[in-house]
Amino acid sequence: MAVKVLIPTPLQKFTNNQATIECNGSNVDELIDALDVNCPGIKSRICDETGKPRRFLNLYVNSEDIRFLEGTDTSLQDGDEVSIVPAVAGG
Amino acid sequence: MNLHLFPIPDYFSRVCLTGIFGCATINITVAELYKREKQAMTQATKTKAPTFTKLVSKEGSTEYPLKAIHICEETFAPLEVAYDYDAIRAQVSRESIQAGPNSIWRYKAFLPVESENPIDVGTGMTPLVKSHRLARRLGLKNLYIKNDAVNMPTLSFKDRVVSVALTRARELGFSTVSCASTGNLANSTAAIAAHAGLDCCVFIPADLEAGKVLGTLIYNPTVMAVKGNYDQVNRLCCEVGNSYGWGFVNINLRPYYSEGSKTLGFEVAEQLGWKLPDRIVAPLASGSLYTKIYKGFQEFIKVGLVEDKQVRFNGAQAEGCSPIVQAFQEGRDFVSPVKPNTIAKSIAIGNPADGIYALDIARKTGGHIESVNDAEIVEGIKLLAETEGIFTETAGGTTIAVLKKQVEAGIIDPEETTVVYITGNGLKTQEAVQGYIGEPLTIEPKLDSFEHALERSRTLERLEWQQTLV
Repeated sequence: MAVKVLIPTPLQKFTNNQATIECNGSNVDELIDALDVNCPGIKSRICDETGKPRRFLNLYVNSEDIRFLEGTDTSLQDGDEVSIVPAVAGG
Repeated sequence: MNLHLFPIPDYFSRVCLTGIFGCATINITVAELYKREKQAMTQATKTKAPTFTKLVSKEGSTEYPLKAIHICEETFAPLEVAYDYDAIRAQVSRESIQAGPNSIWRYKAFLPVESENPIDVGTGMTPLVKSHRLARRLGLKNLYIKNDAVNMPTLSFKDRVVSVALTRARELGFSTVSCASTGNLANSTAAIAAHAGLDCCVFIPADLEAGKVLGTLIYNPTVMAVKGNYDQVNRLCCEVGNSYGWGFVNINLRPYYSEGSKTLGFEVAEQLGWKLPDRIVAPLASGSLYTKIYKGFQEFIKVGLVEDKQVRFNGAQAEGCSPIVQAFQEGRDFVSPVKPNTIAKSIAIGNPADGIYALDIARKTGGHIESVNDAEIVEGIKLLAETEGIFTETAGGTTIAVLKKQVEAGIIDPEETTVVYITGNGLKTQEAVQGYIGEPLTIEPKLDSFEHALERSRTLERLEWQQTLV
């Protein structure tokens, strides 16, 4: 099943400067592994030593933060959109 | 340097002035003037070298050049501006600062800009008010209010950060500036961009207070009202920022932008007679302001402008959006995001980027972070207005209510010099207090009608009065 992944600028060096990538995975963990097959090295940037997404990165499935869903166990459907967004300051 | 540094309208006005005051120079072309100014600026920059040296990751210390980037490529941690403090020490003294402009630019050596003529719209140097009536009400002896409700030009502390960000944006060659905002930042970005002649497009959540929307639209930027909360607006802006090449003050310009908040620390130290307070109380949204006040105090100590002293850092959040308070109370060193639900929209950031750094500062300074509910926030706004004549917005109400709560809990010693930061103006969030304040007494233009009304207002409870026809 194809999921659309939005890639932030600092990671686009792994994706041939593509801002979006089509990828497969039945949950977020699997999607990250699949991404790493297509774009070798990207997983070690997204995830820390424990294999979980780094604390300054936010992952969203269809605009919802995965921390409000089931984290990296969040399941994915065909046509879902996953965005990877670094945390920013605000006000 | 390039053309973006010199907005066209400035040139026209200068040509006109030359024409009025001297025939000899009347034939100077715009291009010639431009060239001269460029040379003058290059020389000026050479004589006083910039004091900021690089960007450094807050995790792992990887170094980056001084470009429009905001996160470490390896860890995604925020980047922080680093300075040459020996160079700053050589450039500034208490006297040189006091002789500087009556704005944040008196502290220019501590700010990440190179221009000799930064965008100066009179931002900063807001009153530090010694509180008497609020202090007495709370039982405090040395309470001061830093009143950024009257900061210029848009009545919030955001004018500090935006003045720095847009000056830097111009230096980096941006012609369009943008931001994701809960309101105050949009007001400030739109106003200062208008002053500087920069194109502006701002993004806000669609449900903002009317005053904040109008207070942005008046400067005629493009305003995108996003159907979502602030965190969703920010996410969208990151995606826009990836592809449009705009200067987003709180995203790719963030390392420069956030440094502007240090001036809240510098001014308080200077206004207290070059001394640090014992304690501060400040609102927490992303946590940036709080951490930068701390950095400001540390820098003044580092260059010898004030004596070293432990300042306790207290922080305030609204209960309906209190991820940092929850982490503080549970002893966590990470912040779990929440979905905001509070009237304090200006500080309703459910996913605070600097939350972990704010936690660290609260703990290492012996400070305390606390939250209050919406009813207490409204009471806080009213309390400050009735005792000090300062009308603040919901963020200020949150801060005052937390101050009160912490005094009552015995956390704040009455003898301490405590500075409470009021960061925004109440006229922008009138919805928050409507229904909680009195109403005018409508009378006939006759003396007896007035006397009758006055009599009744003194004898009747307000609620009874509102139901009584004159």
